Amino acid sequence: MIELRDVRYGYGSSVVLDIAAWDVAAGEAWLVAGPSGSGKTTLLHLLAGLVTPVAGRVVVAGTDVAGLAASERDRWRGRTVGLVPQRLHLVGAVDVVDNLRLAQRFGGRSADDRRIQALLDAVDVGHLAHRLPRELSQGQAQRVAIARAVVNRPAIVLADEPTANLDDAHAAAALELLRTQALEAGATLVVASHDARVRPVLARTLMLPSRATVAA
Amino acid sequence: MSLTQLALAYARRRPLSTMLVILLLAVGTAVVALTLVLTRELETRLHRDAEGIDLVVGAKGSPLQLVLAAVYHVDVPPGNIPLDAIAALRAEPLIASVIPLALGDSFRGYRIVGTEASLVDHYRARLAAGSLWSAPMEAVIGSDVARATGLAVGATFAGSHGMAEAGAEHANAPYRVVGVLDRSGSVVDRLVLTSVDSVWAVHDTHHGKEGADEDHDAEAGNAAARGAQAGGGHADDGRAREVTMALVRYAGPLAAATLPRKINSDTNLVAASPAYETARLLSVFGVGVDLVRAFAYLLIAASALMLFVALAQALDERRYDLAILRALGAHRAQIAWVLVAESLVLALAGAVLGLLLAHALLAVLAQTVTAAAPLAGAATTFRPEEAIVAGLAIVAGILSAAWPAWQAYRLDVAATLADS
Repeated sequence: MIELRDVRYGYGSSVVLDIAAWDVAAGEAWLVAGPSGSGKTTLLHLLAGLVTPVAGRVVVAGTDVAGLAASERDRWRGRTVGLVPQRLHLVGAVDVVDNLRLAQRFGGRSADDRRIQALLDAVDVGHLAHRLPRELSQGQAQRVAIARAVVNRPAIVLADEPTANLDDAHAAAALELLRTQALEAGATLVVASHDARVRPVLARTLMLPSRATVAA
Repeated sequence: MSLTQLALAYARRRPLSTMLVILLLAVGTAVVALTLVLTRELETRLHRDAEGIDLVVGAKGSPLQLVLAAVYHVDVPPGNIPLDAIAALRAEPLIASVIPLALGDSFRGYRIVGTEASLVDHYRARLAAGSLWSAPMEAVIGSDVARATGLAVGATFAGSHGMAEAGAEHANAPYRVVGVLDRSGSVVDRLVLTSVDSVWAVHDTHHGKEGADEDHDAEAGNAAARGAQAGGGHADDGRAREVTMALVRYAGPLAAATLPRKINSDTNLVAASPAYETARLLSVFGVGVDLVRAFAYLLIAASALMLFVALAQALDERRYDLAILRALGAHRAQIAWVLVAESLVLALAGAVLGLLLAHALLAVLAQTVTAAAPLAGAATTFRPEEAIVAGLAIVAGILSAAWPAWQAYRLDVAATLADS
């Protein structure tokens, strides 16, 4: 599902990420761990095609991401990747349902309100479907963000620090939800986190050093 | 959910600035549209009323005043001319037709004009009811007069001095309505027409009752009263008969080159060209219109600037939203379009609202102000120039979104998402 070879990313002479090789099979759940500044978020952005490497190959779901033209990469991302961003950000101007409809639209899917409602029910926010994001608690917003990430049944779900600022109970619930939903969508799950509570939940770990260099 | 729906949702999220932008654009568009429509209507009306009148001949005074009084009936005439002058004009081979006008009185603000039937023919007016006058003290009223006063064939009324409604009434010399004209869209719609003899007869009675009424005779616009006494070419007091002015049509193009100069230099009369005086009036009037229009364009520019500031601020607030949309698969142009669409929708709303506002105002004016009744047609008809005004407002809206949209297009998604 994921194949990284000799991937380097940085700005000028400063190298942020340097991964010689990393392979992830379809359906696996991985933790990308490491201290702040180790390049965890950058790795997720590389996998999502939001940035392209300075050198090396990033292949996700059989596609060499860097080889795609910018507009093709956007389309590919909408179809293939589900992203739970660090700030759990939902589009504030529209309600919960429309947040998921936007994901379907940009994912090239036709509107499927039944799928949306089923997902929202599955993450226990079905009754909040027509609330605006500002009317949700952080926990509720997180559930909506997870539902949005899997609504298009993506090949890969990327979550950036999903347990940040959550207490133990909520952190465990959030991780379980992510894992379950990714599993149900048939997606590979990659979670970037420096939170020690995440490690026991996910089967595999990629540890990034403070200046990331990973040997094959 | 479409991108335009998303843009609308963003606009709804900041109702105050959205309403303000729409309101400013609407007012600016409405003022520009109103000045356009009113100027065109005025020009059309001025040209239509002056059509076929090459020259106005009257007493010495301002040529513009003469034209305003004789053609548009909105000013008092500068004085009288002897009846002999009409005969002299008619004898002139360079002149095809002469229509005498005897002014002085009015009925409820509508001018009573002593003239000949040729005036009705000149404006191609048709009778809606009754017939033209055939005897003194018979009157034919224009369609606006009939509508505003409720007079119909068979009704009687008394004129009053001057143009003011409060002028002294000639109660002892009533007119009888014998005809009502159909709407012609010309100045005759707003006139009460009668024979020159009628005007003289009214003042015969007036003078007979009051003797030499100096105030009356001195009143501008009551010039026909002078010499209004009975008798062949002269009044009883020995003064020559007079009318107020004459509308002249040339026999050929040569007349335009020689006749005005001849009249102005060889006689004690003034010859004024309606075409020239109207153009002069419009050029003076045009300065005021241009100022109002410039102010309206300034309003549109101000609303575009406000829209720009609102969008630039919104861009900062929505930076993370836009990055998320990109992360969901939106491409750069779609993100830029959200901002352009928002601006476009607001500009469109402002422009449409402005045009509707302008036409609603025209409709209200046409309904409530008698003099503005001809605007009823303009209230329900959209001119092509108005589409250009609306287009300008929309272009201003789009331009105001250009920079914020460009910034959105260039958004660094990864850096924005990482900036927590």
